[in-house]
Amino acid sequence: MLSRVADSIYWLNRYVERAENVARFVDANLTLILDSPAGISQQWEPLVVTTGDLQAFQNRYGEVTAENVTQFLTFDPANPNSILSCLQVARENARSIREIISSEMWQQINSFYLMVKEASPGQPLSKLHDFYTEVKLSSHLFAGVMDATMTHNEGWHFGQMGRHLERADKTSRILDVKYYILLPSVKYVGTTLDEIQWMALLRSTSAYEMYRKRISQHRITPTGVANFLILDRDFPRAIRFCLLQAERSLHQITGTPPGTWSDPVERSLGRLRSELDYLTIEDVVQRGLHEFLNDLQTQLNHVGGKIFETYFALHPIG
Amino acid sequence: MKFDSYEPGDFYDEMFLAKNQPRPQAAPLIERINALSEGELLQRQQAAQIALFKLGVTFNVYGDTQGTERIFPFDIVPRIVAADEWEQLERGLKQRIQALNLFIADIYSEQKIIKDGIIPAELIYSATGYLKPCMGLKPPGGIWCHITGTDLVRDKDGQWYVLEDNMRCPSGVSYVLENRRVMKSTFPQVFRSMDIRPVDEYPSYLLETLLNLAPPNLQDPRVVVLTPGIFNSAYFEHSFLAQQMGVELVEGRDLVVADGYLQMRTTKGLQRVDVVYRRIDDDFIDPLAFRADSMLGVPGLMEVYRAGRVAIANALGTGVADDKVIYAYVPQMIRYYLGEDQILANVPTYLCWEPKQLDYVLNNLDKLVVKAANESGGYGMLVGTQATPEQRQEFAQKIQANPRNYIAQPTLCLSRVPTLVDSHFAGCHVDLRPYILYGKEICVSPGGLTRVALKRGSLVVNSSQGGGSKDTWVLRE
Repeated sequence: MLSRVADSIYWLNRYVERAENVARFVDANLTLILDSPAGISQQWEPLVVTTGDLQAFQNRYGEVTAENVTQFLTFDPANPNSILSCLQVARENARSIREIISSEMWQQINSFYLMVKEASPGQPLSKLHDFYTEVKLSSHLFAGVMDATMTHNEGWHFGQMGRHLERADKTSRILDVKYYILLPSVKYVGTTLDEIQWMALLRSTSAYEMYRKRISQHRITPTGVANFLILDRDFPRAIRFCLLQAERSLHQITGTPPGTWSDPVERSLGRLRSELDYLTIEDVVQRGLHEFLNDLQTQLNHVGGKIFETYFALHPIG
Repeated sequence: MKFDSYEPGDFYDEMFLAKNQPRPQAAPLIERINALSEGELLQRQQAAQIALFKLGVTFNVYGDTQGTERIFPFDIVPRIVAADEWEQLERGLKQRIQALNLFIADIYSEQKIIKDGIIPAELIYSATGYLKPCMGLKPPGGIWCHITGTDLVRDKDGQWYVLEDNMRCPSGVSYVLENRRVMKSTFPQVFRSMDIRPVDEYPSYLLETLLNLAPPNLQDPRVVVLTPGIFNSAYFEHSFLAQQMGVELVEGRDLVVADGYLQMRTTKGLQRVDVVYRRIDDDFIDPLAFRADSMLGVPGLMEVYRAGRVAIANALGTGVADDKVIYAYVPQMIRYYLGEDQILANVPTYLCWEPKQLDYVLNNLDKLVVKAANESGGYGMLVGTQATPEQRQEFAQKIQANPRNYIAQPTLCLSRVPTLVDSHFAGCHVDLRPYILYGKEICVSPGGLTRVALKRGSLVVNSSQGGGSKDTWVLRE
């Protein structure tokens, strides 16, 4: 498969997944606000912090308000990680490889993009919940159409790898939101308010019901949630699940048996995945959840860099 | 909406002999449309447009800031060509392509046609499409023009004329296939009741044509489509054809010459390429052989091509026949190489480089259409009947400054087809671009792209100039 094509299908899937996750955490916050007791100020800043775009936001918008943040993260064409920008890039990638993907995939990404583009910017907050729901569904539809209409060949596996690495990264960032959402005082730890926030976090990863079913105690606790979203091997948005899937696709591409490695990507991804295999949530808490997540994101970036160098970069032939 | 109020007017109408009097081949369709309830046709038209937009059947407009992608406006009233009429067109096109191919082969080898005094050497050497580095080339099977899109028009009396030959990278065939797909869902009953020849085989024929060029004894020759990239106006088509044939779509940056072969960069290293269907102009294809500033091509490709280690369709250098002055000599070529009379006529053409003809052209600018020899897409032309005296004056100076570069033709009165304009039927002028493939044999795809001049009274059908398209139905015997 052409390097350029592999690159495009990888990013096509990453950007669709990214758009979905932005919709997820903005929507979670919208819901959270409704449950917050009066007198507690709305907390929108953590959202921008976790996307890593705080500086750009402050330069252009200044004040952190619900309208500004949702606009910045949803429809701002100048923010490369807004939902609109993600879809635009995803569609451009799809357009450049239309002959590789199925026409159903192209049509889905094309309508997805048109839907987001037509959703009027600056629409009232009250309408946004429906919009985010539609974004999540469209993303699922894309993944489903891809799964059902494209041969599960090398290109498909590059796409899967992109989707799962992006999802692992975004789950870690959503989990990190809780680190930044401040409780009014330390007294609130373990109170209803604290629990509501953890529930919102689970909901934003569609994990609430699965969490209740899975965890033996059913109770919502900070370590329980962190354990589920980081270390579960069966829940599709858990980081460990994502890494397992990404690694599986990687070995389908290279043909190297699992548990061994032949190139830098297999080595870095394999290391990260096996670290999670033998980690307990107590280890994570001991290191500090925020510190752990930060480090994880760095390692995921490292894997991404190796993928680029190994499969996509067009080195001059001399 | 019905055809009762449709006025064919004082034109050749493709669908009507006279008011309320359909041509026999069009009668079933007219009947069907007349039977539709009020508003239904408009609804179907809209549905067809939306389908095309969702399919992303678009083209890019250069220099347009309002989003570069547009759909090619599509009209759901098709153009119908009767079987006997098509049979004659098909024979004429085959004859023409055969002669043009012999001409190009001759020009890059013995140049007998020059030596025998049929075409002056200076005309060949001054044609921008003539490429000196192609002298002595021997393309596989001696075929140079594998894919041709010839523009035909029909004048007031119903006579067909060849307007131009497009031997480099003719585009538009993807719209033929997509328009047909949409039409089938718009008028399924009509398709069942009329005997319309299918166009869907085109991608298979194209692939056969390309595979026919691969070096012999290769187990599994690799064919690619070479595109300038996503910003090219015909990018949709490049991608569509690659997809329909199941071959790779590549850009210049995906390719490299290594170990004496053309290779492409894959996730598993370099892989050999055997046949290139190029959609890049000759000038840009190899910066070492042609334009040094080209970022689109592959350095060293010409050398590999010359060595016969990769085949290219169309062959490099075929553009010499796209020159509108050379076009004027096609009737002579047919006589010279085939010993036959032409079946399809050229539009009468005045060559400005001949002093007498130049005089005539300058004195009759208000009646003529003047075209630059090497422009396409409706650029660089003057429609004398519609121009102001100032514009004619300006053009006269251009012609005098470079007479070799201009030809003039009488303003033809292009035939018309009823078309939905502002929710009623209006007669709009059309042309026709059939597609001809030259592999083991010459094959003309039944139909082609009918382009429509949508602006009231306009004679310019080009998509870059706001034209639209229609499906073309060739009927079986």
